[in-house]
Amino acid sequence: MGGETTGRGRLDVADMRRRVGAHARERVIELLLTACGVVSIVTTVAILGVLVFETASFFAEVSLAEFLLDTRWTPLFVDKHFGIWPLVAGTVLTSAIAIGVALPFGLLAAIYLSEFATPRARSLLKPALEVLAGVPTIVYGYFALVVLTPLLQRFIPDLAGFNALSPGIIMGIMIMPMICSLSEDAIFAVPESMREGAYALGAGKLQTVFRVVLPTAFSGIAASVILAISRAVGETMIVAIAAGQQPNLTANPRESVETMTTYMVQIGLGDTPTGTIEYKTLFVVGASLFVMTFAINLLSQRLSRRFREGR
Amino acid sequence: MMVPDLAEGRRPYRATQPAAAEVNAKLSVQNLDAWYGATHVVKKVSMAIPARQITAVIGPSGCGKSTFVRCLNRMHECIPGARMDGRVLLDGVDIYAGDIDPVLVRRRVGMVFQKPNPFPMMSIRDNVLAGLTLTGVRPRGGEADALVERALRGAALWDEVKDSLGKRGVSLSGGQQQRLCIARALAVEPEVLLMDEPCSALDPIATTRIEDLMHSLRETYTIVIVTHNMQQAARVSQKTAFFYTGDLIEFSDTDTIFTSPRNKRTEDYITGKFG
Repeated sequence: MGGETTGRGRLDVADMRRRVGAHARERVIELLLTACGVVSIVTTVAILGVLVFETASFFAEVSLAEFLLDTRWTPLFVDKHFGIWPLVAGTVLTSAIAIGVALPFGLLAAIYLSEFATPRARSLLKPALEVLAGVPTIVYGYFALVVLTPLLQRFIPDLAGFNALSPGIIMGIMIMPMICSLSEDAIFAVPESMREGAYALGAGKLQTVFRVVLPTAFSGIAASVILAISRAVGETMIVAIAAGQQPNLTANPRESVETMTTYMVQIGLGDTPTGTIEYKTLFVVGASLFVMTFAINLLSQRLSRRFREGR
Repeated sequence: MMVPDLAEGRRPYRATQPAAAEVNAKLSVQNLDAWYGATHVVKKVSMAIPARQITAVIGPSGCGKSTFVRCLNRMHECIPGARMDGRVLLDGVDIYAGDIDPVLVRRRVGMVFQKPNPFPMMSIRDNVLAGLTLTGVRPRGGEADALVERALRGAALWDEVKDSLGKRGVSLSGGQQQRLCIARALAVEPEVLLMDEPCSALDPIATTRIEDLMHSLRETYTIVIVTHNMQQAARVSQKTAFFYTGDLIEFSDTDTIFTSPRNKRTEDYITGKFG
Protein backbone atom coordinates (compact mmCIF):
# COMPACT_ATOMS: atom_id res chain seq x y z
CA MET A 1 0.00 0.00 0.00
CA GLY A 2 2.75 2.43 0.99
CA GLY A 3 4.45 2.04 -2.38
CA GLU A 4 1.48 3.55 -4.18
CA THR A 5 2.39 7.04 -3.05
CA THR A 6 5.35 7.13 -5.42
CA GLY A 7 3.03 6.57 -8.31
CA ARG A 8 5.66 4.42 -9.96
CA GLY A 9 4.59 1.14 -8.47
CA ARG A 10 8.05 0.62 -7.04
CA LEU A 11 9.51 1.65 -3.70
CA ASP A 12 11.97 4.48 -3.65
CA VAL A 13 14.81 4.40 -1.14
CA ALA A 14 13.42 7.61 0.34
CA ASP A 15 10.10 5.91 0.96
CA MET A 16 11.71 3.21 2.99
CA ARG A 17 13.12 5.70 5.45
CA ARG A 18 11.04 5.94 8.57
CA ARG A 19 9.03 9.14 8.64
CA VAL A 20 10.03 11.19 11.68
CA GLY A 21 6.52 12.24 12.70
CA ALA A 22 5.10 8.75 12.56
CA HIS A 23 7.83 7.43 14.80
CA ALA A 24 7.26 10.07 17.47
CA ARG A 25 3.51 9.44 17.42
CA GLU A 26 4.04 5.74 17.91
CA ARG A 27 6.28 6.43 20.88
CA VAL A 28 3.61 8.66 22.46
CA ILE A 29 0.90 6.05 22.00
CA GLU A 30 3.18 3.37 23.41
CA LEU A 31 3.92 5.50 26.46
CA LEU A 32 0.22 6.22 26.99
CA LEU A 33 -0.63 2.53 26.86
CA THR A 34 2.19 1.69 29.26
CA ALA A 35 0.95 4.40 31.64
CA CYS A 36 -2.54 2.88 31.60
CA GLY A 37 -1.06 -0.48 32.49
CA VAL A 38 1.05 1.00 35.25
CA VAL A 39 -1.97 2.72 36.85
CA SER A 40 -3.49 -0.62 37.82
CA ILE A 41 -0.23 -1.84 39.32
CA VAL A 42 0.32 1.41 41.26
CA THR A 43 -3.24 1.30 42.61
CA THR A 44 -2.87 -2.28 43.78
CA VAL A 45 0.46 -1.57 45.41
CA ALA A 46 -0.90 1.55 47.11
CA ILE A 47 -3.92 -0.31 48.50
CA LEU A 48 -1.70 -3.10 49.70
CA GLY A 49 0.69 -0.59 51.25
CA VAL A 50 -2.04 1.14 53.27
CA LEU A 51 -3.49 -2.21 54.35
CA VAL A 52 -0.13 -3.56 55.45
CA PHE A 53 0.84 -0.35 57.25
CA GLU A 54 -2.39 0.00 59.24
CA THR A 55 -2.58 -3.73 59.90
CA ALA A 56 0.95 -3.64 61.29
CA SER A 57 0.06 -0.82 63.65
CA PHE A 58 -3.02 -2.81 64.74
CA PHE A 59 -0.87 -5.78 65.61
CA ALA A 60 1.43 -3.47 67.59
CA GLU A 61 -1.46 -3.11 70.04
CA VAL A 62 -3.22 -6.47 69.75
CA SER A 63 -1.36 -9.74 69.58
CA LEU A 64 -1.81 -12.06 66.61
CA ALA A 65 -2.66 -14.82 69.08
CA GLU A 66 -5.61 -12.86 70.43
CA PHE A 67 -6.74 -12.04 66.89
CA LEU A 68 -6.73 -15.69 65.90
CA LEU A 69 -7.70 -17.40 69.15
CA ASP A 70 -10.31 -15.18 70.82
CA THR A 71 -13.87 -16.11 69.93
CA ARG A 72 -15.39 -12.68 70.51
CA TRP A 73 -15.25 -9.57 68.37
CA THR A 74 -16.23 -6.51 70.41
CA PRO A 75 -13.88 -3.62 69.52
CA LEU A 76 -16.66 -1.06 70.05
CA PHE A 77 -17.51 -2.19 73.57
CA VAL A 78 -15.79 -1.24 76.79
CA ASP A 79 -14.70 -4.85 77.23
CA LYS A 80 -12.77 -5.10 73.97
CA HIS A 81 -12.13 -8.44 72.26
CA PHE A 82 -10.44 -8.83 68.91
CA GLY A 83 -11.13 -12.38 67.75
CA ILE A 84 -11.74 -12.37 63.97
CA TRP A 85 -13.64 -15.66 63.78
CA PRO A 86 -17.18 -14.37 64.46
CA LEU A 87 -16.87 -12.09 61.43
CA VAL A 88 -15.32 -14.85 59.32
CA ALA A 89 -18.13 -17.17 60.38
CA GLY A 90 -20.72 -14.63 59.29
CA THR A 91 -19.04 -14.21 55.93
CA VAL A 92 -18.56 -17.93 55.35
CA LEU A 93 -22.10 -18.76 56.42
CA THR A 94 -23.84 -16.22 54.17
CA SER A 95 -21.52 -17.05 51.26
CA ALA A 96 -22.08 -20.79 51.67
CA ILE A 97 -25.85 -20.31 51.58
CA ALA A 98 -25.45 -18.13 48.50
CA ILE A 99 -23.36 -20.74 46.68
CA GLY A 100 -25.76 -23.46 47.79
CA VAL A 101 -28.51 -21.57 45.98
CA ALA A 102 -26.55 -20.25 43.02
CA LEU A 103 -24.53 -23.33 42.05
CA PRO A 104 -27.33 -25.81 41.30
CA PHE A 105 -29.63 -23.26 39.70
CA GLY A 106 -26.88 -21.45 37.80
CA LEU A 107 -25.25 -24.61 36.50
CA LEU A 108 -28.50 -26.29 35.52
CA ALA A 109 -29.63 -23.10 33.81
CA ALA A 110 -26.33 -23.01 31.93
CA ILE A 111 -26.75 -26.63 30.83
CA TYR A 112 -30.30 -25.94 29.75
CA LEU A 113 -29.38 -22.80 27.84
CA SER A 114 -26.42 -24.27 26.01
CA GLU A 115 -27.61 -27.81 25.32
CA PHE A 116 -31.38 -27.97 25.40
CA ALA A 117 -33.01 -24.57 24.94
CA THR A 118 -34.54 -23.67 21.60
CA PRO A 119 -33.16 -20.43 20.12
CA ARG A 120 -36.44 -18.76 21.07
CA ALA A 121 -36.31 -19.82 24.72
CA ARG A 122 -32.69 -18.73 24.82
CA SER A 123 -33.45 -15.31 23.44
CA LEU A 124 -36.03 -14.80 26.22
CA LEU A 125 -34.07 -16.28 29.12
CA LYS A 126 -30.64 -14.77 28.57
CA PRO A 127 -31.79 -11.14 28.83
CA ALA A 128 -33.92 -12.02 31.86
CA LEU A 129 -30.85 -13.44 33.59
CA GLU A 130 -28.84 -10.37 32.70
CA VAL A 131 -31.50 -8.16 34.27
CA LEU A 132 -31.09 -10.21 37.44
CA ALA A 133 -27.39 -9.43 37.39
CA GLY A 134 -28.11 -5.74 36.93
CA VAL A 135 -30.35 -5.21 39.98
CA PRO A 136 -28.59 -2.85 42.43
CA THR A 137 -27.52 -4.70 45.57
CA ILE A 138 -29.33 -2.21 47.81
CA VAL A 139 -32.59 -3.28 46.19
CA TYR A 140 -31.69 -6.89 46.82
CA GLY A 141 -30.83 -6.03 50.42
CA TYR A 142 -34.18 -4.47 51.20
CA PHE A 143 -35.93 -7.23 49.30
CA ALA A 144 -34.27 -9.71 51.66
CA LEU A 145 -35.18 -7.66 54.73
CA VAL A 146 -38.77 -6.66 54.03
CA VAL A 147 -40.00 -9.41 51.68
CA LEU A 148 -38.04 -12.62 52.03
CA THR A 149 -37.42 -12.61 55.79
CA PRO A 150 -41.15 -12.13 56.72
CA LEU A 151 -42.04 -14.77 54.13
CA LEU A 152 -39.52 -17.25 55.55
CA GLN A 153 -40.68 -16.51 59.10
CA ARG A 154 -44.04 -18.05 58.23
CA PHE A 155 -42.29 -21.37 57.69
CA ILE A 156 -39.44 -20.99 60.16
CA PRO A 157 -40.99 -19.43 63.25
CA ASP A 158 -37.73 -18.92 65.15
CA LEU A 159 -36.07 -17.07 62.29
CA ALA A 160 -34.65 -13.80 63.63
CA GLY A 161 -35.58 -10.49 61.97
CA PHE A 162 -31.96 -10.15 60.97
CA ASN A 163 -30.59 -13.54 59.93
CA ALA A 164 -28.01 -15.21 57.69
CA LEU A 165 -30.49 -17.25 55.69
CA SER A 166 -32.46 -14.58 53.91
CA PRO A 167 -29.54 -12.43 52.65
CA GLY A 168 -27.69 -15.66 51.82
CA ILE A 169 -30.50 -16.79 49.52
CA ILE A 170 -30.78 -13.35 47.94
CA MET A 171 -27.03 -13.21 47.40
CA GLY A 172 -27.34 -16.60 45.72
CA ILE A 173 -29.90 -15.15 43.33
CA MET A 174 -27.57 -12.24 42.69
CA ILE A 175 -24.56 -14.39 41.78
CA MET A 176 -26.55 -17.03 39.90
CA PRO A 177 -26.38 -15.15 36.57
CA MET A 178 -22.62 -14.97 36.94
CA ILE A 179 -22.26 -18.73 37.45
CA CYS A 180 -24.75 -19.33 34.68
CA SER A 181 -23.16 -17.17 32.05
CA LEU A 182 -19.55 -18.15 32.81
CA SER A 183 -20.45 -21.84 32.94
CA GLU A 184 -22.39 -21.50 29.74
CA ASP A 185 -19.31 -20.06 28.07
CA ALA A 186 -17.28 -23.00 29.35
CA ILE A 187 -19.86 -25.51 28.12
CA PHE A 188 -20.14 -23.73 24.79
CA ALA A 189 -16.37 -23.92 24.40
CA VAL A 190 -16.44 -27.73 24.50
CA PRO A 191 -15.70 -28.73 20.90
CA GLU A 192 -18.57 -30.20 18.92
CA SER A 193 -16.28 -33.16 18.16
CA MET A 194 -16.61 -34.29 21.80
CA ARG A 195 -20.39 -34.47 21.51
CA GLU A 196 -20.16 -36.20 18.14
CA GLY A 197 -17.68 -38.69 19.54
CA ALA A 198 -20.14 -39.58 22.28
CA TYR A 199 -23.12 -39.80 19.95
CA ALA A 200 -21.17 -42.01 17.56
CA LEU A 201 -20.58 -44.45 20.42
CA GLY A 202 -24.32 -44.74 20.94
CA ALA A 203 -24.62 -42.37 23.89
CA GLY A 204 -27.86 -40.49 24.41
CA LYS A 205 -28.20 -36.77 24.91
CA LEU A 206 -28.22 -36.80 28.71
CA GLN A 207 -25.23 -39.14 28.96
CA THR A 208 -23.35 -37.00 26.47
CA VAL A 209 -24.04 -33.83 28.43
CA PHE A 210 -23.32 -35.20 31.89
CA ARG A 211 -20.52 -37.67 31.18
CA VAL A 212 -18.64 -35.91 28.39
CA VAL A 213 -19.53 -32.24 28.03
CA LEU A 214 -19.61 -31.27 31.71
CA PRO A 215 -16.37 -33.03 32.68
CA THR A 216 -14.65 -31.41 29.71
CA ALA A 217 -15.93 -28.00 30.79
CA PHE A 218 -15.01 -28.64 34.41
CA SER A 219 -12.20 -26.13 34.70
CA GLY A 220 -14.34 -23.32 33.34
CA ILE A 221 -17.23 -24.24 35.58
CA ALA A 222 -14.97 -24.44 38.63
CA ALA A 223 -13.50 -21.05 37.79
CA SER A 224 -16.98 -19.55 37.53
CA VAL A 225 -17.96 -20.95 40.91
CA ILE A 226 -14.83 -19.67 42.56
CA LEU A 227 -15.28 -16.25 41.07
CA ALA A 228 -18.84 -16.30 42.38
CA ILE A 229 -17.57 -17.26 45.84
CA SER A 230 -15.23 -14.32 45.98
CA ARG A 231 -18.07 -12.08 44.81
CA ALA A 232 -20.25 -13.40 47.65
CA VAL A 233 -17.47 -13.02 50.20
CA GLY A 234 -16.97 -9.41 49.18
CA GLU A 235 -20.67 -8.54 48.89
CA THR A 236 -21.60 -5.80 51.35
CA MET A 237 -24.95 -4.13 50.95
CA ILE A 238 -27.25 -7.14 51.08
CA VAL A 239 -25.72 -8.56 54.24
CA ALA A 240 -25.32 -5.14 55.87
CA ILE A 241 -29.04 -4.54 55.48
CA ALA A 242 -30.51 -7.96 56.14
CA ALA A 243 -28.05 -10.02 58.18
CA GLY A 244 -27.65 -7.74 61.16
CA GLN A 245 -24.64 -6.29 62.96
CA GLN A 246 -24.02 -8.82 65.70
CA PRO A 247 -20.69 -10.62 65.48
CA ASN A 248 -21.80 -14.16 66.17
CA LEU A 249 -19.65 -17.28 66.01
CA THR A 250 -22.38 -19.59 64.74
CA ALA A 251 -23.31 -21.89 61.90
CA ASN A 252 -27.01 -21.40 62.51
CA PRO A 253 -28.55 -19.58 59.54
CA ARG A 254 -31.57 -18.50 61.58
CA GLU A 255 -29.50 -16.23 63.80
CA SER A 256 -28.26 -12.74 63.15
CA VAL A 257 -24.63 -12.56 62.00
CA GLU A 258 -22.19 -9.86 61.03
CA THR A 259 -19.95 -10.32 58.03
CA MET A 260 -16.52 -8.78 57.61
CA THR A 261 -17.86 -6.35 55.04
CA THR A 262 -20.76 -5.31 57.29
CA TYR A 263 -18.36 -4.57 60.10
CA MET A 264 -16.34 -2.34 57.81
CA VAL A 265 -19.47 -0.43 56.82
CA GLN A 266 -20.37 -0.07 60.46
CA ILE A 267 -16.98 1.46 61.31
CA GLY A 268 -16.88 3.51 58.12
CA LEU A 269 -20.28 5.06 58.84
CA GLY A 270 -19.69 5.59 62.54
CA ASP A 271 -17.78 8.46 64.18
CA THR A 272 -14.66 6.47 64.95
CA PRO A 273 -11.71 8.88 65.30
CA THR A 274 -8.70 8.31 63.07
CA GLY A 275 -5.78 6.56 64.69
CA THR A 276 -7.72 4.77 67.43
CA ILE A 277 -7.71 1.00 67.75
CA GLU A 278 -11.31 0.88 66.51
CA TYR A 279 -10.20 2.71 63.39
CA LYS A 280 -7.35 0.27 62.86
CA THR A 281 -9.71 -2.72 63.04
CA LEU A 282 -11.18 -1.44 59.79
CA PHE A 283 -7.89 -2.18 58.07
CA VAL A 284 -7.16 -5.47 59.73
CA VAL A 285 -10.59 -6.76 58.72
CA GLY A 286 -10.01 -5.38 55.22
CA ALA A 287 -6.66 -7.14 55.07
CA SER A 288 -8.25 -10.42 56.21
CA LEU A 289 -10.90 -10.07 53.54
CA PHE A 290 -8.20 -9.41 50.99
CA VAL A 291 -6.28 -12.51 52.06
CA MET A 292 -9.44 -14.60 51.74
CA THR A 293 -10.41 -13.46 48.25
CA PHE A 294 -6.79 -13.60 47.13
CA ALA A 295 -6.50 -17.20 48.32
CA ILE A 296 -9.72 -18.06 46.52
CA ASN A 297 -8.52 -16.50 43.28
CA LEU A 298 -5.19 -18.32 43.56
CA LEU A 299 -7.06 -21.58 44.01
CA SER A 300 -9.12 -20.82 40.94
CA GLN A 301 -6.02 -20.21 38.86
CA ARG A 302 -4.41 -23.40 40.11
CA LEU A 303 -7.53 -25.37 39.29
CA SER A 304 -7.96 -24.08 35.79
CA ARG A 305 -4.26 -24.49 35.04
CA ARG A 306 -4.32 -28.07 36.23
CA PHE A 307 -7.26 -28.91 34.04
CA ARG A 308 -5.88 -27.10 31.04
CA GLU A 309 -2.71 -29.18 31.31
CA GLY A 310 -4.91 -32.24 31.17
CA ARG A 311 -6.16 -31.38 27.71
CA MET B 1 -15.29 -25.60 -8.33
CA MET B 2 -17.34 -25.86 -11.49
CA VAL B 3 -16.55 -28.31 -14.17
CA PRO B 4 -17.56 -27.51 -17.74
CA ASP B 5 -20.62 -29.37 -18.87
CA LEU B 6 -19.58 -32.59 -20.42
CA ALA B 7 -21.92 -33.98 -22.97
CA GLU B 8 -21.00 -37.40 -21.81
CA GLY B 9 -21.68 -38.53 -18.27
CA ARG B 10 -24.21 -35.89 -17.34
CA ARG B 11 -26.43 -38.52 -15.86
CA PRO B 12 -25.37 -39.58 -12.41
CA TYR B 13 -24.44 -43.19 -12.10
CA ARG B 14 -27.06 -45.51 -10.64
CA ALA B 15 -26.50 -48.99 -9.42
CA THR B 16 -27.48 -50.84 -12.56
CA GLN B 17 -28.87 -54.03 -11.14
CA PRO B 18 -29.94 -53.21 -7.63
CA ALA B 19 -31.42 -56.61 -6.91
CA ALA B 20 -28.29 -58.53 -7.79
CA ALA B 21 -25.96 -56.02 -6.17
CA GLU B 22 -27.79 -56.09 -2.87
CA VAL B 23 -27.58 -59.81 -2.25
CA ASN B 24 -24.32 -59.44 -0.38
CA ALA B 25 -24.96 -55.90 0.84
CA LYS B 26 -24.35 -55.00 4.47
CA LEU B 27 -25.68 -51.52 3.90
CA SER B 28 -28.04 -50.75 1.09
CA VAL B 29 -28.68 -47.11 0.32
CA GLN B 30 -31.77 -46.28 -1.67
CA ASN B 31 -32.55 -42.86 -3.15
CA LEU B 32 -30.76 -41.00 -0.39
CA ASP B 33 -31.11 -37.22 -0.35
CA ALA B 34 -29.59 -35.00 2.31
CA TRP B 35 -29.79 -31.29 2.98
CA TYR B 36 -28.25 -28.72 5.27
CA GLY B 37 -30.94 -26.07 5.49
CA ALA B 38 -31.72 -25.30 1.87
CA THR B 39 -28.49 -26.77 0.49
CA HIS B 40 -28.98 -30.09 -1.22
CA VAL B 41 -25.71 -31.90 -0.49
CA VAL B 42 -26.47 -35.52 -1.36
CA LYS B 43 -28.72 -36.20 -4.35
CA LYS B 44 -30.66 -39.40 -4.94
CA VAL B 45 -27.79 -41.69 -4.13
CA SER B 46 -28.32 -45.44 -4.33
CA MET B 47 -25.58 -47.94 -3.70
CA ALA B 48 -24.98 -51.27 -2.02
CA ILE B 49 -22.04 -51.48 0.37
CA PRO B 50 -20.71 -55.03 0.51
CA ALA B 51 -20.05 -56.80 3.79
CA ARG B 52 -16.48 -57.32 5.02
CA GLN B 53 -14.91 -55.15 2.42
CA ILE B 54 -13.49 -51.68 2.43
CA THR B 55 -15.48 -49.19 0.43
CA ALA B 56 -13.78 -45.90 -0.28
CA VAL B 57 -15.74 -42.73 -0.93
CA ILE B 58 -13.76 -40.18 -2.91
CA GLY B 59 -14.46 -36.82 -4.49
CA PRO B 60 -13.48 -33.16 -4.26
CA SER B 61 -14.23 -31.08 -1.15
CA GLY B 62 -17.89 -30.26 -0.73
CA CYS B 63 -19.09 -33.15 -2.88
CA GLY B 64 -21.23 -34.56 -0.09
CA LYS B 65 -19.09 -37.58 0.76
CA SER B 66 -18.86 -36.82 4.49
CA THR B 67 -22.56 -36.08 4.67
CA PHE B 68 -23.23 -39.33 2.86
CA VAL B 69 -21.42 -41.47 5.44
CA ARG B 70 -22.97 -39.47 8.29
CA CYS B 71 -26.34 -40.60 6.95
CA LEU B 72 -25.27 -44.23 7.35
CA ASN B 73 -25.33 -44.10 11.17
CA ARG B 74 -27.81 -41.29 11.63
CA MET B 75 -25.18 -38.78 12.69
CA HIS B 76 -26.34 -36.37 9.99
CA GLU B 77 -29.44 -35.51 11.97
CA CYS B 78 -27.37 -34.34 14.95
CA ILE B 79 -26.64 -31.10 13.13
CA PRO B 80 -29.30 -28.41 13.46
CA GLY B 81 -31.03 -27.78 10.14
CA ALA B 82 -29.94 -31.11 8.67
CA ARG B 83 -32.54 -33.23 6.88
CA MET B 84 -32.58 -36.40 4.80
CA ASP B 85 -34.86 -38.50 2.70
CA GLY B 86 -34.60 -42.04 1.36
CA ARG B 87 -33.79 -45.39 2.86
CA VAL B 88 -30.69 -46.95 4.36
CA LEU B 89 -30.99 -50.68 4.99
CA LEU B 90 -28.66 -52.32 7.49
CA ASP B 91 -28.96 -56.09 6.94
CA GLY B 92 -32.26 -55.37 5.25
CA VAL B 93 -33.72 -53.22 8.03
CA ASP B 94 -34.38 -49.55 7.34
CA ILE B 95 -32.46 -47.60 9.99
CA TYR B 96 -34.71 -44.61 9.36
CA ALA B 97 -37.93 -46.49 10.07
CA GLY B 98 -40.10 -44.87 12.72
CA ASP B 99 -39.52 -47.49 15.41
CA ILE B 100 -35.74 -47.50 15.12
CA ASP B 101 -33.68 -45.89 17.91
CA PRO B 102 -30.79 -43.93 16.36
CA VAL B 103 -28.72 -44.56 19.48
CA LEU B 104 -28.87 -48.33 18.84
CA VAL B 105 -28.05 -47.84 15.16
CA ARG B 106 -24.85 -46.06 16.17
CA ARG B 107 -23.81 -48.98 18.33
CA ARG B 108 -23.95 -51.23 15.27
CA VAL B 109 -22.44 -48.67 12.92
CA GLY B 110 -19.43 -47.07 14.59
CA MET B 111 -17.63 -43.99 13.42
CA VAL B 112 -14.14 -42.51 13.46
CA PHE B 113 -13.75 -38.82 12.75
CA GLN B 114 -11.38 -36.65 10.80
CA LYS B 115 -9.72 -35.17 13.86
CA PRO B 116 -8.90 -37.59 16.68
CA ASN B 117 -11.35 -36.77 19.47
CA PRO B 118 -10.50 -38.77 22.60
CA PHE B 119 -12.38 -37.48 25.63
CA PRO B 120 -9.92 -35.16 27.37
CA MET B 121 -10.91 -35.89 30.96
CA MET B 122 -10.62 -39.65 30.56
CA SER B 123 -7.66 -41.99 30.80
CA ILE B 124 -6.72 -44.23 27.87
CA ARG B 125 -8.56 -47.11 29.52
CA ASP B 126 -11.67 -45.02 30.22
CA ASN B 127 -11.65 -43.76 26.66
CA VAL B 128 -11.74 -47.32 25.36
CA LEU B 129 -14.57 -48.17 27.74
CA ALA B 130 -16.43 -44.92 27.05
CA GLY B 131 -18.85 -46.53 24.63
CA LEU B 132 -19.97 -48.85 27.41
CA THR B 133 -19.95 -46.50 30.37
CA LEU B 134 -21.71 -43.80 28.36
CA THR B 135 -24.52 -46.18 27.60
CA GLY B 136 -24.92 -47.23 31.20
CA VAL B 137 -23.08 -50.56 31.00
CA ARG B 138 -20.63 -51.12 33.82
CA PRO B 139 -18.29 -53.93 32.85
CA ARG B 140 -16.75 -55.84 35.75
CA GLY B 141 -13.04 -55.45 36.48
CA GLY B 142 -11.77 -58.55 34.71
CA GLU B 143 -14.18 -58.28 31.81
CA ALA B 144 -13.27 -54.64 31.37
CA ASP B 145 -9.55 -55.42 31.35
CA ALA B 146 -10.06 -58.07 28.70
CA LEU B 147 -12.19 -55.76 26.62
CA VAL B 148 -9.68 -52.92 26.86
CA GLU B 149 -6.88 -55.20 25.78
CA ARG B 150 -8.89 -56.70 22.94
CA ALA B 151 -9.96 -53.31 21.61
CA LEU B 152 -6.49 -51.81 21.88
CA ARG B 153 -4.93 -54.86 20.21
CA GLY B 154 -7.59 -54.59 17.51
CA ALA B 155 -6.52 -51.01 16.94
CA ALA B 156 -2.80 -51.95 16.98
CA LEU B 157 -2.18 -49.70 19.96
CA TRP B 158 -1.86 -52.19 22.81
CA ASP B 159 1.93 -52.59 22.78
CA GLU B 160 2.45 -48.84 22.91
CA VAL B 161 0.11 -48.07 25.79
CA LYS B 162 -0.24 -51.25 27.85
CA ASP B 163 1.93 -49.79 30.63
CA SER B 164 0.23 -46.42 30.74
CA LEU B 165 -3.47 -47.16 30.56
CA GLY B 166 -4.10 -44.67 33.34
CA LYS B 167 -2.59 -41.77 31.41
CA ARG B 168 -4.91 -39.36 29.72
CA GLY B 169 -5.90 -40.22 26.19
CA VAL B 170 -4.98 -36.75 25.00
CA SER B 171 -1.39 -37.22 26.11
CA LEU B 172 -0.81 -39.57 23.16
CA SER B 173 0.48 -38.49 19.75
CA GLY B 174 -2.00 -37.65 17.01
CA GLY B 175 -1.70 -41.03 15.32
CA GLN B 176 -2.01 -42.87 18.62
CA GLN B 177 -5.03 -40.77 19.51
CA GLN B 178 -6.68 -41.75 16.25
CA ARG B 179 -5.98 -45.43 16.92
CA LEU B 180 -7.38 -44.90 20.43
CA CYS B 181 -10.54 -43.57 18.80
CA ILE B 182 -10.65 -46.65 16.60
CA ALA B 183 -10.21 -48.83 19.70
CA ARG B 184 -13.02 -46.91 21.36
CA ALA B 185 -15.25 -47.57 18.37
CA LEU B 186 -14.27 -51.27 18.27
CA ALA B 187 -15.00 -51.74 21.99
CA VAL B 188 -18.70 -51.23 21.28
CA GLU B 189 -18.41 -54.20 18.89
CA PRO B 190 -20.03 -52.62 15.84
CA GLU B 191 -20.55 -54.42 12.53
CA VAL B 192 -19.79 -51.46 10.34
CA LEU B 193 -17.05 -48.88 10.82
CA LEU B 194 -17.39 -45.52 9.13
CA MET B 195 -14.16 -43.55 8.84
CA ASP B 196 -14.43 -39.93 7.83
CA GLU B 197 -10.98 -38.95 6.51
CA PRO B 198 -9.31 -40.70 9.45
CA CYS B 199 -5.79 -39.86 8.30
CA SER B 200 -6.16 -36.28 7.17
CA ALA B 201 -4.72 -34.92 10.41
CA LEU B 202 -1.89 -37.48 10.57
CA ASP B 203 1.66 -37.71 9.29
CA PRO B 204 2.62 -40.32 6.66
CA ILE B 205 3.95 -42.86 9.17
CA ALA B 206 0.82 -42.69 11.33
CA THR B 207 -1.22 -42.91 8.13
CA THR B 208 0.55 -46.10 7.08
CA ARG B 209 -0.19 -47.67 10.45
CA ILE B 210 -3.89 -46.83 10.19
CA GLU B 211 -3.98 -48.25 6.67
CA ASP B 212 -2.31 -51.47 7.81
CA LEU B 213 -4.81 -51.61 10.61
CA MET B 214 -7.70 -51.26 8.17
CA HIS B 215 -6.45 -54.27 6.25
CA SER B 216 -6.63 -56.42 9.37
CA LEU B 217 -10.00 -54.98 10.43
CA ARG B 218 -11.49 -55.82 7.08
CA GLU B 219 -11.82 -59.49 8.01
CA THR B 220 -14.27 -58.66 10.77
CA TYR B 221 -15.88 -55.38 9.85
CA THR B 222 -17.54 -53.69 6.94
CA ILE B 223 -15.61 -50.47 6.49
CA VAL B 224 -16.56 -47.29 4.67
CA ILE B 225 -13.76 -44.75 4.44
CA VAL B 226 -14.08 -41.22 3.16
CA THR B 227 -10.81 -39.96 1.81
CA HIS B 228 -9.35 -37.02 -0.02
CA ASN B 229 -6.39 -39.06 -0.95
CA MET B 230 -6.85 -41.13 -4.08
CA GLN B 231 -3.71 -43.16 -3.49
CA GLN B 232 -5.13 -44.13 -0.13
CA ALA B 233 -8.40 -45.20 -1.72
CA ALA B 234 -6.47 -47.27 -4.24
CA ARG B 235 -4.30 -48.84 -1.53
CA VAL B 236 -6.93 -49.82 1.01
CA SER B 237 -10.26 -50.34 -0.68
CA GLN B 238 -11.95 -53.02 -2.74
CA LYS B 239 -14.80 -50.78 -3.87
CA THR B 240 -14.70 -47.09 -4.67
CA ALA B 241 -17.49 -44.59 -5.00
CA PHE B 242 -16.84 -41.27 -6.69
CA PHE B 243 -19.03 -38.37 -5.58
CA TYR B 244 -19.29 -35.08 -7.36
CA THR B 245 -21.52 -32.14 -6.30
CA GLY B 246 -23.75 -34.48 -4.35
CA ASP B 247 -24.21 -37.04 -7.11
CA LEU B 248 -22.81 -40.52 -7.01
CA ILE B 249 -21.00 -40.47 -10.35
CA GLU B 250 -19.52 -43.92 -10.36
CA PHE B 251 -19.37 -46.87 -8.01
CA SER B 252 -17.41 -49.94 -8.89
CA ASP B 253 -14.48 -52.16 -8.01
CA THR B 254 -11.52 -50.03 -7.01
CA ASP B 255 -9.38 -51.57 -9.76
CA THR B 256 -11.94 -50.65 -12.37
CA ILE B 257 -12.32 -47.09 -11.09
CA PHE B 258 -8.61 -46.47 -11.15
CA THR B 259 -7.75 -48.27 -14.37
CA SER B 260 -10.77 -47.95 -16.64
CA PRO B 261 -13.37 -45.56 -15.23
CA ARG B 262 -16.55 -45.50 -17.25
CA ASN B 263 -17.31 -41.88 -16.60
CA LYS B 264 -15.32 -38.98 -18.03
CA ARG B 265 -15.52 -36.99 -14.77
CA THR B 266 -14.25 -39.90 -12.71
CA GLU B 267 -11.32 -40.16 -15.05
CA ASP B 268 -10.66 -36.42 -14.90
CA TYR B 269 -10.73 -36.47 -11.12
CA ILE B 270 -8.47 -39.49 -10.75
CA THR B 271 -5.99 -38.18 -13.23
CA GLY B 272 -5.90 -34.90 -11.34
CA LYS B 273 -7.51 -32.69 -13.96
CA PHE B 274 -9.64 -31.12 -11.19
CA GLY B 275 -10.30 -31.54 -7.53
